[in-house]
Amino acid sequence: MPKDEYQSRDFRIVGTRPVRPDGIDKVTGKARYGADMTAPGMLWGAILRSPHAHARIKSIDTSAAEAMKGVKAVITRADFTYQPESASLADVLDNCMAGEKARYDGHAVAAVAATSKSIARAALKAIKVDYGVLPHVTDVDEAMKPDAPVIEAGRVQENVPEGYSENVTGRSQYGHGDPEAGFEKADLVIERHFTTAATHQGYIEPNACLAQLGADGQGEIWVCTQGHYMVRNTCAGVLGLDAGMLRVTASEIGGGFGGKTHVWMEPTALVLSRKAGKPVKLVLSRDEVFRATGPTASSSIDVKIGMKKDGSITGATATYRLQAGAYPGSIAFLSAMCGFAPYDLKHVRTEGYEVMTNRPKAAAYRAPGAPMAAYPVESVIDELCQKLDLDPLETRLKNAAREGTKASYGPTYPAIGLEATLKAAQSHPHWIAPLGENQGRGVACGFWFNFGGDTCVSLMVNPDGTVSLSEGNPDIGGSRASMSMMAAEELGVDLDQVRTVIADTASLGQNEVTDGSRVTFAVGLATIKAARHAIQIMKERAAMTWGIDPEAVDWRDGAAHPAGPNAGKFPPMTIKEIAAIASNTGGPIAGHHEVTAEGAGVSFATHMVDTETDPETGQVKVLRYTVFQDAGKAVHPDYVEGQFQGGAAQGIGWAINEEYIYGEDGRLQNPGFLDYRIPVASDLPMIEPVILEIPNPGHPYGVRGVGETSIVPPLAAIANAVSRSSNVRLTSLPMSPPKVLAAMKGT
Amino acid sequence: MSQIHVITTINGDETEFLCEAQETLLDVLRDHLDLTGSKEGCGTGDCGACSVIVDGRLVCACLMLAGEAEGRSVETIEGMADGDDLHPLQQKFLEMAALQCGVCTPGILVATKNLLERNPNPTEEEVRYWLAGNLCRCTGYDKIIRAVMDTAADMRGAA
Amino acid sequence: MVTVRLWGSLGDLAGKTEVEIPATTLRELLQGLEETYPALKPQLERGVSVSIDGKIYNDSWSTPIREDSEVVLLNRLVGG
Repeated sequence: MPKDEYQSRDFRIVGTRPVRPDGIDKVTGKARYGADMTAPGMLWGAILRSPHAHARIKSIDTSAAEAMKGVKAVITRADFTYQPESASLADVLDNCMAGEKARYDGHAVAAVAATSKSIARAALKAIKVDYGVLPHVTDVDEAMKPDAPVIEAGRVQENVPEGYSENVTGRSQYGHGDPEAGFEKADLVIERHFTTAATHQGYIEPNACLAQLGADGQGEIWVCTQGHYMVRNTCAGVLGLDAGMLRVTASEIGGGFGGKTHVWMEPTALVLSRKAGKPVKLVLSRDEVFRATGPTASSSIDVKIGMKKDGSITGATATYRLQAGAYPGSIAFLSAMCGFAPYDLKHVRTEGYEVMTNRPKAAAYRAPGAPMAAYPVESVIDELCQKLDLDPLETRLKNAAREGTKASYGPTYPAIGLEATLKAAQSHPHWIAPLGENQGRGVACGFWFNFGGDTCVSLMVNPDGTVSLSEGNPDIGGSRASMSMMAAEELGVDLDQVRTVIADTASLGQNEVTDGSRVTFAVGLATIKAARHAIQIMKERAAMTWGIDPEAVDWRDGAAHPAGPNAGKFPPMTIKEIAAIASNTGGPIAGHHEVTAEGAGVSFATHMVDTETDPETGQVKVLRYTVFQDAGKAVHPDYVEGQFQGGAAQGIGWAINEEYIYGEDGRLQNPGFLDYRIPVASDLPMIEPVILEIPNPGHPYGVRGVGETSIVPPLAAIANAVSRSSNVRLTSLPMSPPKVLAAMKGT
Repeated sequence: MSQIHVITTINGDETEFLCEAQETLLDVLRDHLDLTGSKEGCGTGDCGACSVIVDGRLVCACLMLAGEAEGRSVETIEGMADGDDLHPLQQKFLEMAALQCGVCTPGILVATKNLLERNPNPTEEEVRYWLAGNLCRCTGYDKIIRAVMDTAADMRGAA
Repeated sequence: MVTVRLWGSLGDLAGKTEVEIPATTLRELLQGLEETYPALKPQLERGVSVSIDGKIYNDSWSTPIREDSEVVLLNRLVGG
């Protein structure tokens, strides 16, 4: 029996690049996403949204809409008759359908279900809402001031000091040593203020669901989500239903990046369905996705770092103020934990403030809190290197956290891969490639935690010896391929003998959301253990057939072999042969594993980028990009590379183009892909992925999560390249052409 | 509401449908004809997920009224493979892992098929600019561009 | 006794950044913290992650803790 922890081994399938099992459906248009499902008698849902950033809802008159032909249900908050006990669920409910007041431009205030999309849209226009407009605040620094309009009183945690408005709901502080004493020892101290804009995950598939809820409390939801168990549990909690009565099936998912780890409108679809007595399909428009599903936080940051002439960092502090949007609970604590995580520091202190504003509730976005944490730190380190004439990679290596380093967030690191990524960067041809006029090269490091969490996997050995694997995490970027590969590897069968499906919530136990880069790690772990469970059963069946002790049976190459004193006495029994007589030897064969996976293993990356700044327009063009990241073990290297490249591209967008722009009226001015510009093909160069494999001791194959870390370094890497290509240090994202031009002209 | 009667050709088959005057070609493809391979990512022609070919021209189905399809020939992702024979682009996208979530993939395949019909030997820059109207948020485009360049080379070799 | 390091703002509530708790498992540790330092209760109810000898745990109550284990409390982690 192989051990649970990592063991070095030669892989047969893991590490190869087979075609993904869901591929043909996705290149032929057959794959069914959230909006692609219909049901007999289905109605179309639509949501009316507040045009005001902050307004009391005095009254809503739905009578004209209800009287329209084809309108089957109109709902407001009054139709959500259950009031959840927990504050977090009450927040979800209020965000899905506003109660006393609309808290942001785009906040849902009513919804309809009708026999056609056009009737549903027309009915929205017939709903009359009487608003009492309130003062609003959309800027994080303004929202902290004692006299700022308060979004919701009474939500301040015990850890917030006095002197702020009630919008500041939480504070966390990390670090050790005495940074002020550290600054005394420095040859140069740089302190700067930074800001980053709110950016949206920008998944191409708008949120969509098809929901049915009967008067008996039984319901079904088909939904694009990163976690259908989360959808089930949240909907049940918000509506006062029994979770077991709700069956949620995850559709194919057209991107999520954290934005689909939350519930935005599924309870609305259920309540519409209950009222109309028919299934309701609810598909958000792109405008709604931008206005009413959570972007990440914008931030206001102060960073101070002291350095000696030899490059050693003597002291460091950072204060992160992140906006949570219209409800409490942001991710500033993660910024406070991640900012200095790559470095070995004697004196470090970070603070994070969670701040409510009149914006949509902020949501997780790929390594939440970490990109805006790394950006100012890596920028100031780079500026120190420039002013002290130090090599930026050598300086980072000099200060790099390694095994035994006390992390800035507290614990002592086990074996980690930061040094390896820095050394790989140093020895890569990119580092010494010549640069032209107006061109510069930037580097930056990034850190992310990675998670495990609740995970269930069932592995069925079918009568013909093929294998069906059920897991409960939506496949957002090729995870069914990885699970099939790990199952086939462990069982010793060919890859085409295993098919992996995403089970619905009634078919498998609780699963944590597809987040925290957890799936290949945690679901992979459970898959391997489910396979080992099935192998144990098959060994027992073979032993019974042979009349020998099960302990005297080995499993290799997809077959049971008599071992020890019985070695060679019987011909091996293959999985097919064992499966064929399963009914005679004790019944169907299935392995399963249920676990709350812990010990995911932290992740580091170093990015290197060349940019060219146009001195006439201020436009920044990315010329060359290389990602160095530790994957533990790359199960399917194509999709590991894809995560590296995709995260880098999102980081490039965050650095150069993307931002939520609010007007004086508190309304979002660019809720569409034309004005909120994510990187397009012609904006980007090839992105070279360099995979390093430093095995994670907490996984049998050494796997480490890879999905999120790649978005952490780009913001600073590009800022550093721009600084070296244009000789200006920008401290505000995005580095859009007007900002860059103004900085270059010194205005 | 009075409906418009439209006769058109979709993926080689003569197709009739009734639609409202304001319905787009994408609405009809997805909601009336069950051709859900074309995706609605924005509804404003910015993302390209609904790319189809109308009389040889690449268009966003969300920007064309369904009534305008009268008498035209429409090609969608569902018509790209010949039975179970995948188009070389579809095959290459699989082999080179040029998709992650896959929701932009139908539009990108339709768009690049149209490109290679016009220009069998595009440069990387030409591919990137041709696809500038097809947003992908997962891949950073790297593997997509490589798959298109590789397919073009294969198709030139086979021609 | 296990020495538990608290993050700064949690330490402010407890009155110190290192506390001693009699515990052999994660559950005993969390219960001991709440009993000995009631001021930490709101945060413990909101959730914490615990690093034990460099490995981060979120939930597993039975996780063993040795007397000489390095134990560090962290804000409960979330992902994207």
